Amino acid sequence: MSTQPAAVIGIGQTKHKKKRDDVSLPGLVREAAQRALDDAELNWTDIDAVVLGKAPDPFEGVMMPELSMADALGANGKPIMRVHTAGSVGGSTALVATHLVQTGVHDRVLTVAYEKQAEGNAQWGLAGGRSGGMGAGGIFAPWMRTYIRRSGAPEDIGWKVAVKDRQNACKNPYAHLHLPDISIEKVKESPMLWDPIHFLESCPSSDGAVAMVLTNEAGAKKAPRKPAWVLGTAMRSELGTFPGRDTVRPRAGVECAHMVYDAAGIKNPREQIDVAELYVPFSWYEPMWLEGHDIAGPGEGWRMVESGETEITGNFPVNASGGVLSSNPIGASGMLRFAEAALQVRGEAGEHQVADAHVGLAQAYGGSAQYFAMWVVGSTLDAVDKKK
Amino acid sequence: MANDIAIVGYAQSPSLRQAELTEPQFLFPVISEAIERAGVERREIGFTCAGSCDYLSGQTFAFVMNLEAVGAWPPISESHVEMDGAWALYEAWVRLQHGDIDTALVFGSGKSSPGLPAEIYPLQMDPYTLTPLGADPVSLAALQARAMLDAGKITEREMAETATRSRKNAIGNPYAQVTGDDDPETLLKEPYVTAPLRRHDLPPISDGACAVVLATADKAKALSKRPVWIRGIDHRIDIHQPGMRDLTESPSTRIAGKNAGVGKGKVDVAELSATFSYQEKLLSQELGLGDGVEINPSGGPLAANPVMAVGLARFAEAARQIAERGKKRAVAHATSGQCLQQNLVAVLEGD
Repeated sequence: MSTQPAAVIGIGQTKHKKKRDDVSLPGLVREAAQRALDDAELNWTDIDAVVLGKAPDPFEGVMMPELSMADALGANGKPIMRVHTAGSVGGSTALVATHLVQTGVHDRVLTVAYEKQAEGNAQWGLAGGRSGGMGAGGIFAPWMRTYIRRSGAPEDIGWKVAVKDRQNACKNPYAHLHLPDISIEKVKESPMLWDPIHFLESCPSSDGAVAMVLTNEAGAKKAPRKPAWVLGTAMRSELGTFPGRDTVRPRAGVECAHMVYDAAGIKNPREQIDVAELYVPFSWYEPMWLEGHDIAGPGEGWRMVESGETEITGNFPVNASGGVLSSNPIGASGMLRFAEAALQVRGEAGEHQVADAHVGLAQAYGGSAQYFAMWVVGSTLDAVDKKK
Repeated sequence: MANDIAIVGYAQSPSLRQAELTEPQFLFPVISEAIERAGVERREIGFTCAGSCDYLSGQTFAFVMNLEAVGAWPPISESHVEMDGAWALYEAWVRLQHGDIDTALVFGSGKSSPGLPAEIYPLQMDPYTLTPLGADPVSLAALQARAMLDAGKITEREMAETATRSRKNAIGNPYAQVTGDDDPETLLKEPYVTAPLRRHDLPPISDGACAVVLATADKAKALSKRPVWIRGIDHRIDIHQPGMRDLTESPSTRIAGKNAGVGKGKVDVAELSATFSYQEKLLSQELGLGDGVEINPSGGPLAANPVMAVGLARFAEAARQIAERGKKRAVAHATSGQCLQQNLVAVLEGD
């Protein structure tokens, strides 16, 4: 291995909302990127390269937007790349930026992910066009039903996740949905969209962006605030459809998790990870990923939800930020998980800070739950070792 | 200092005006051939990266289907750039620098035939000010060509000579779409499409794909008698607004060429993504390529323009010159955006 440590030294995100009609597309990404630079106390000229991620271009109707946003991202005369791996894109984009630093190709990399869905029609993008598809909820609902049948989970598990994430979001000033009055009853009574997913168990459609500055060990030592060290990275993809594919527990997700645990030296994820940001656009995906990434054993994921373990004060907090259920600018949603995990281990998460968070896991998935990107971040390079 | 990574396999599809196959269908044989030429097992490949563009298919997440052509089962480590496959090659090159894996598969693919490029490509422009103008690639290229002509940096005859040479070179290229043996005088008698550009100054509209297999040093030496080493690679972007650029220059090409090390030795051959005829001279000058450099022996993008693969195809063609034609040092170039806004340059060498 000829790699060196990489760390996150700057994080910025926008206020996510239904429609950011106060900024243009370049204005939106600029807002997040400027905040990340400010956090790192760096200038645009300090950045060597930019890695941009977002979900499909037709969401906003702008093709290859890195071209028209090069100026806003301070990229003129610099390298800029555009990653697109469906819903996992925010994660994959952060990983490409990390790899540029770990391999020594660049010293300081700005990575940005965004979606400004109100500029276009995301539902058309997901379900329309020539695909004539059924939308994300329509694809995932049967698999959630399979999970429920297989695990014997009671129906209120999904409602509990929805309430937990929305309550967490109230502590996060950047979250799109602030629903202080949310309750189990309200989730249960909200309209059924795709059985078993009620309206309040599904993600919103948001405008928003997130950015991070990554640098090497020397850069991290000079950083004004605590860095979040990248302890492991992993990407895995599998085919979306074929007979025998386990859509509840996709093998790519299992392998991606084991790859990132191995890279970070994690032997027991449930014990050694302090905080997790998982991509949960529909409530049932929280227990599904807890099992699908071997954090919980078979049929144990929903029990972690039921016993309150995944609450912000629980022993395995999941989505303290409010998660995708509370803010979903699709292309940014994955990177938001990565950035929120980094915020936690830096101790910079404000009101939604998890106490004593030293090791954080972030995950993003995409396509037909077939693309996975993950990283483990730590407050120190030996944060995992200290837990043995 | 980056490690040397080598190209050990490559393959292309023929470029066609309209491929009567889906993208995964015409990708499959190309990927299979590249892997077979590299002499690796599909399962050995440590990382896969693809380049394509949803807008060409008129369908979101179109690239997801291309996983079928890779055969992503059991699951693979994989990524995708919504860019030309040359940038996918760049991501794979970075990934291989880690040293924990020794091979990577890269591919690029695109079908232009389902849509109208003149309607699709204006969507690449700034959405608030330029897209509504509907400026299509040919019109913008015409502006750049006009700027070159007005500055005395090129003549229409030179443009026709480039087209003539491309078409003649393409006669020996089984993947080419446009070939011919007309002389420049004949071409110059044709009417303008968009002045000062004639048909021969424009690239064909193509469907096609390209795949390349990369390997780290030890693996490359074990796999190949004549690995093609990537000695330098860099990419840069210029300001977007055409009105804010001197269109007779390409600073991003100049910087990328310098960082890739083009000037550090004699260049025998260059495969340039000169999509419009006049761009070849502009790129050659920015890269400092002298008279002795053979440019686009494949015919280049004027002969075959499979978008999202055309830049990666320059790597395949440059590698062919070294691996099969005995050349020592080659330049491969890819571009993105209007009027050469973004450029990637690599230097390839044989042992």
